[in-house]
Amino acid sequence: MSENGVTARRSKVLTIDTMNATVKKVEYAVRGPIVQRAVQIEKELKEGAKKPFTEVIKANIGDAHAMGQQPITFFRQVLALCSYPELLKDGNFPEDAKHRARRILQGCGGESIGAYSGSQGIECIRQDVARYIERRDGGVPCDPDNVFLSTGASDGIVTMLKLLVAGEGRSRTGIMISIPQYPLYSAALAELGAVQVNYYLDEEKCWGLDISELQRSLEAARQHCNPRALCIINPGNPTGQVQSRQCIEDVIRFAAKEDLFLMADEVYQDNVYADGCQFHSFKKVLFEMGPEYSNTVELASFHSTSKCYMGECGFRGGYMEVINLDPEVKEQLSKLVSVRLCPPVPGQALMGLVVNPPQPGEPSYTTFMKERTGVLSTLAEKAKLTEQILNTVPGIACNPVQGAMYSFPRITLPERAVKEAKEKGQAPDMLYCMKLLEETGICLVPGSGFGQRDGTYHFRMTILPPVDKLQILLSKLKEFHQRFTQQYS
Amino acid sequence: MAENGVLHPERVLTLDTMNPNVKRVEYAVRGPIVQRAVQIEKELKEGVKKPFTEVLRANIGDCHAMGQRPITFLRQVLALCTYPELLEDNKFPEDAKSRARRFLAACGGGSIGSYSMSQGIELVRQDVARYIERRDGIPSNPDNIYLSSGASDAITTMLKLLISGEGATRTGVMISKPQYPLYSAALADLGAVQINYYLDESKNWSMDASELRRSLAEAKKHCTPRAICVINPGNPTGQVQSRQCIEDVIRFAAEENLFLMADEVYQDNIYAEGCEFNSFKKVLFEMGPKYSNKVELASFHSTSKCYMGECGFRGGYMELINLDPDVKVQLTKLVSVRLCPPVTGQALLDLVVNPPQPDEPSYPTYKKERAAVLAALADKAKMTEEIFNKVPGMSCNTVQGAMYAFPRIELPQKAIEAAKEKGQAPDMFYCMTLLEEKGICLVPGSGFGQREGTFHFRMTILPPTETLKVVLEKVEEFHRKFTEQYS
Repeated sequence: MSENGVTARRSKVLTIDTMNATVKKVEYAVRGPIVQRAVQIEKELKEGAKKPFTEVIKANIGDAHAMGQQPITFFRQVLALCSYPELLKDGNFPEDAKHRARRILQGCGGESIGAYSGSQGIECIRQDVARYIERRDGGVPCDPDNVFLSTGASDGIVTMLKLLVAGEGRSRTGIMISIPQYPLYSAALAELGAVQVNYYLDEEKCWGLDISELQRSLEAARQHCNPRALCIINPGNPTGQVQSRQCIEDVIRFAAKEDLFLMADEVYQDNVYADGCQFHSFKKVLFEMGPEYSNTVELASFHSTSKCYMGECGFRGGYMEVINLDPEVKEQLSKLVSVRLCPPVPGQALMGLVVNPPQPGEPSYTTFMKERTGVLSTLAEKAKLTEQILNTVPGIACNPVQGAMYSFPRITLPERAVKEAKEKGQAPDMLYCMKLLEETGICLVPGSGFGQRDGTYHFRMTILPPVDKLQILLSKLKEFHQRFTQQYS
Repeated sequence: MAENGVLHPERVLTLDTMNPNVKRVEYAVRGPIVQRAVQIEKELKEGVKKPFTEVLRANIGDCHAMGQRPITFLRQVLALCTYPELLEDNKFPEDAKSRARRFLAACGGGSIGSYSMSQGIELVRQDVARYIERRDGIPSNPDNIYLSSGASDAITTMLKLLISGEGATRTGVMISKPQYPLYSAALADLGAVQINYYLDESKNWSMDASELRRSLAEAKKHCTPRAICVINPGNPTGQVQSRQCIEDVIRFAAEENLFLMADEVYQDNIYAEGCEFNSFKKVLFEMGPKYSNKVELASFHSTSKCYMGECGFRGGYMELINLDPDVKVQLTKLVSVRLCPPVTGQALLDLVVNPPQPDEPSYPTYKKERAAVLAALADKAKMTEEIFNKVPGMSCNTVQGAMYAFPRIELPQKAIEAAKEKGQAPDMFYCMTLLEEKGICLVPGSGFGQREGTFHFRMTILPPTETLKVVLEKVEEFHRKFTEQYS
């Protein structure tokens, strides 16, 4: 190997050529190239580099606490009590927090949150989740044995997709997902080597779902794969629409007729802002449609502790409820999740509190309600503010942010900008967002990272920065857009 | 679809239409015997009469579930991070508060509720790097460290990256027999080829280069071996590989162009005289640049074992050595899809690698607690080995490290036949009978792999000493009775 003292360079074992081919196809724009550049810029600023701005504003990711939102006091109190049970003797903690903590600890091996839990998740917490679901859905029964706690909703979603993937070539599993979509779906499908089957949301109708579009998409897909499931995100990410009850019924009817497993991503279920909009869980609607549907449609619903009013992303708490899952498949599912032992117990505990919050009459109730309402009303304000301001910008059109945490406005880009982007091998909205980042320090995610109709461009921006900062952000964005448009005219 | 009011639709997702790889996955540590144990616990709760009053779960390496206490300092800091109001509470020592402040300052919005960087909080990775440097005397770059949701997460991620090809070019991954069944499960799930190399029971479960070569040569006929996984200290076998052995493995990996995966989650669990933990990384670098510049290595660690036993937090990390930079870009991209490992687990890991120092207020208590846990484990390791070795028909290698005994059991021919009639592995039959008769839950050796015609079980050494003694006596009684019964 060594000649004349020069060591021949041997090829490594693990290279871009020898590695897993499907992993190479994975993309995840929310933390992709633009965010990498943003992180780099932050480093440059720290090192004293001069820029037209003093800080980078990360409006790319749905991380409420990172943008200054405060945790819910009660949740953190109970979690602290669970972490260090000595505090149960501390007079500064309210009785209801202590009571919750004791209950959680009793559900843990050796009464410690450091013990593994059952792989499906702590039983008393799954029971609490089931009761939450029943209350939410107007009494439709929920069996705790159909509830699987998970490491964030992403974990549950990926697990279900994995179970669904089978076949080869024309019989390869196809999974329907919206365009635009939250790119966990496209990433997971790429990694699993499944076929992504796109159905377009209708921008003209506030990103509503159209059954004829579902039909079109499905029929086209059947030419080259075996569509087995339909994923829907409601409230939507990145689009923020809150589907009407009628729409949800139509989707269920479609899934039943076309033999599709339904995956309902409902992590933003408390984030509903617009007048006239209401969250309807897929499960509730399914059961209200009667046994013809509720006995047959296979459904998995997902929820998380990362969004809503809690914003506890770092805890990686979540669950899924499975309806009409084949019992033998359920066994396989239980076996599969057992390999990873269990979801993080602090996240399980947190989920247990989210679904079982302080009740009227309990000491922590008043503060809890105040904090919860405070967060949700602020988000509603910011949703409206964002829509209003963006719609005053010529060349930007923003649908109402009915729910979730993002605006996804459409931007008109001058032909010259589109050309330059293509020459650079960049998506035009990536060029736009990169320039925005370099000139203003604002980090957004280009619409191309989520999918959009050909020839249209968007960006996704969170509504999470504090109101005054958000206002500054929006006005800088407005200036930038006008400048950009002029520059490329 | 409805006939006479009865619905019998063909489901979309069935055993036939589902992912075939998933069907091949097995994980004995939480498999059928544990499911039966859970059922029995329910029956006991409902008042069913049994020859025992409780089920003793000695199937899983879960210390806290068996009564081990958390380390005070770790939990104090975690509480402070969780509810920073407590920073004003004078019941907490200053060093705990300063660790908490430092950690919170590294979190988005000063909250552990924020997502972190997908690779893990930079501060933590720097602390991990310093820990590795102190442990090994070799430089460590924080950028080569990836925090993970327990070690299992990182192990699965690396295996995933390694899988490619089809048929004869399909990736083969070498793993010990016996092994911790995360590996076999992950390889089945990924559709990779599992390549077994036997550990030598007659030599305290040590690795043998000639056995590695035999296994590899055989495997090359039907797949493309790309990696070798070593668990040291071993699970289920508990051996602590000698330094010489580690060198041999590294040399083998270098010669045969294999990516080396070193699962070192039990690195503090070393009990036997003359045994010492040598990290693969340290040995690699001490072997000089011919190896340290070439061998691709991933080392894994976790917060679930050692003296902390914080399984529920899902904390862990891996360090990558000589990873191709283009592959590293792909790895970073892959982990970004799942956003980040649990931040509480990252906080915990930070404390594990950066514990109280001699001049800090929490040091004496920390030291005492840590020493006590490890000493108790060492005691129990020895006691277990001694008691099992007194039982005719049982032989137990020295529990040099980790948390398990993996004794070999002789089973009468009649028992083997009875098992075969039931369609059960003989040691599963043995363990199931033990469970039903004594309420003790162990995992049969067939769940980990063993030489044909040999039988074992894995039992944790975790129950409190008094309880463990009782368990060992009951197992002994059972073994004698079982042997008699099937003679």
